[in-house]
Amino acid sequence: MSNETNGHEIVGRGAKDGGRLFREWFESLSQAPERGDKTAYVFVMGSISEILRAFDFQISFPEINSLQTAVRRVAHEYLNTAEDYGYSPDICGYVKADVGMQLRGGEHPMGRIPKPNLAVLTNACNTYLKWAEIWERMYSIPTFTVDIPGGRSAGYGTSESSGDFGRDKQYVQFQLQELITLCEELSGKKFDIDKLRAQMKYTNDMAAAYKRVIELNQNTPATFNALSEGTIYLGVANGLRGSVEGSQYFQDLVQEMEYKVANGIGTLPEEKYRLIFVGVPCYPIFRRFYELFADWGGVFIGSTYLWFAAGGLELGYQYDLNNPLESLAEGTLLSVRNAMDSMFFQDRALVNMLEPFRVDGIVYHPIKSCRTVSTGLADNRRAVMEASDVMTLFIESDMMDKRVVSEAQMKNRIDAFFEGLATRKLRTAA
Amino acid sequence: MAYAAGVDVGSTQTKAVVINEHGEIVGRTIIDTGANVVTAAEKSFLAALEQGGIDEEQVGYVVGTGYGRYKVTFGDTQITEISCHARGAVHMFPDTRTVLDMGGQDTKAIRVQPNGEVVDFCMNDKCAAGTGRFLQSAAAALEIPLAELGVVALRAEKAVPISTTCTVFAESEVLSWLGKGKKIEEILLGVHRSIGTRSIGLLKRVGIQDQITFTGGVTRNQGMVTVLNEALGTTLNVSEESHYMGALGAALFAMDRIKSSREPVRTKEVTA
Repeated sequence: MSNETNGHEIVGRGAKDGGRLFREWFESLSQAPERGDKTAYVFVMGSISEILRAFDFQISFPEINSLQTAVRRVAHEYLNTAEDYGYSPDICGYVKADVGMQLRGGEHPMGRIPKPNLAVLTNACNTYLKWAEIWERMYSIPTFTVDIPGGRSAGYGTSESSGDFGRDKQYVQFQLQELITLCEELSGKKFDIDKLRAQMKYTNDMAAAYKRVIELNQNTPATFNALSEGTIYLGVANGLRGSVEGSQYFQDLVQEMEYKVANGIGTLPEEKYRLIFVGVPCYPIFRRFYELFADWGGVFIGSTYLWFAAGGLELGYQYDLNNPLESLAEGTLLSVRNAMDSMFFQDRALVNMLEPFRVDGIVYHPIKSCRTVSTGLADNRRAVMEASDVMTLFIESDMMDKRVVSEAQMKNRIDAFFEGLATRKLRTAA
Repeated sequence: MAYAAGVDVGSTQTKAVVINEHGEIVGRTIIDTGANVVTAAEKSFLAALEQGGIDEEQVGYVVGTGYGRYKVTFGDTQITEISCHARGAVHMFPDTRTVLDMGGQDTKAIRVQPNGEVVDFCMNDKCAAGTGRFLQSAAAALEIPLAELGVVALRAEKAVPISTTCTVFAESEVLSWLGKGKKIEEILLGVHRSIGTRSIGLLKRVGIQDQITFTGGVTRNQGMVTVLNEALGTTLNVSEESHYMGALGAALFAMDRIKSSREPVRTKEVTA
């Protein structure tokens, strides 16, 4: 097989396979009730799906279900259903789209989302708790909240060698053991630690590969766009975490990215500006939002979204399979803390990226319906601007509600940002 | 002598400026944008040429700016009004470090470097609160010509607090104060202060540095200038050209392109 043929097969494989796996995941989810499978609702910031998979729960991510309605341009229908029911326009768009979907009996553009038998959440987002209470009221199902102790010092966590960390880890481990007991009761299955170990092994492989994929975008031209392709990778990372298919997908993705690096293949035809994206994408105009930057030759080489919504995969954390429960507790603690820091205290990490990733600008995208992600962005932007002279852009819209997305105003700001970047490049080159 | 032009198609009015190689304004016009944006751009450009006694063939490059910049069909390129207002302000007032542009549908705070390069900018959100439209709404409610609004407001000794931040609700709030017997000038001073407070909020976001240059259509409102000067404790740079600052900046960028050998000469013409 010639090198050209290989390249033809490899380049773009991640996007294509990602789309296929994603569809298959939703199809399988839709058929769960027919198979008699139970479904667990979980969240991207600490899904703990390895334990749930060990009990053969089908995994559903309400956040992903909701954003898919926006990507497929039907979010407003679900939001309207929830608002007609009495929810305020100011409440989280993800919650409302999910409520709308539940009120419509699980009807979803990707299939039919089964009702939950269990909801597992962490305290990474306040809304998670209130959201789970809605299902509790709707379906009388148990909800399990894993309380993750936050960092002890300005969001940068405690040292892994400190006493606090050890106690925090024990606290999380104790909760995971309680979750296992609950899963045994709900599933009627006995806990099999070797099955858990197998799921964790797949996550280990996935984490190592995910971290590698992110690192490879230090190369110029960038091999993937964190906003567009990155979101596909993120979907697979969450939906297929702890599965053989998910693990294989990311091994293949590393191969694709390494091939692109070796052959100088970028994701854009002409890369002019290397950017970081901070926040959650504008899903109601997902493609157009990406194009507003790509048309100027702007590529997102990284995003905080790929950190806080990846369940800690970006850390590349490797579970110790000889001590699965203790290690799962440690990994969960680290990943959820890191997710929170990626939302609240990302300035130091961003500044550290500027040089190795040769970043020209940072785009902050606070969204109206998510206070958790958006509240600290102005503050963080100021911190980054004090620590560096990187150009930044602050644009506001929403991840779900097209009523608060003004493309014309957004384009105006984005165009002005690129005009500034172009002027700076010219001055620097002179 | 080569000339360059800038056409700023705003939501309310369209401005055109023609400059010579020295950056001096030789022709300028302002017309209502109306429903036909393309025609407004053409008319303003042709009128500016006529005012300067310049033939269209003498204009080497045209830059379109403003919300309707892509409707300047005879323009050679488009540049946002953010960059253009910054450039125009620094050209007109070289010590400018902060620009406040208040137009019909949006207000912008821009921090600039001495060379006119934009460091940071901030604009009002999706609604028109704190913009010229807010003043138009109040003028309509009080049945006072827009041009007299500021003069009337300055007659007041005290202001009625206007609490709403919504342009639509502003009208009903103004009417409710009228119903309570408040004086028109006091209500108007309140309206001006409300807009001023929101604008200063934008300025603070980008960081206020002297000197501040005030641009856009609302610069013609002396009441707004006075309210802002008092609130900021400084004297804003304002001139007769302030309303044309976006078009001027666009014309200056156009002249850059003419002077740069990398840019092609003008290839498009007004077809009307």
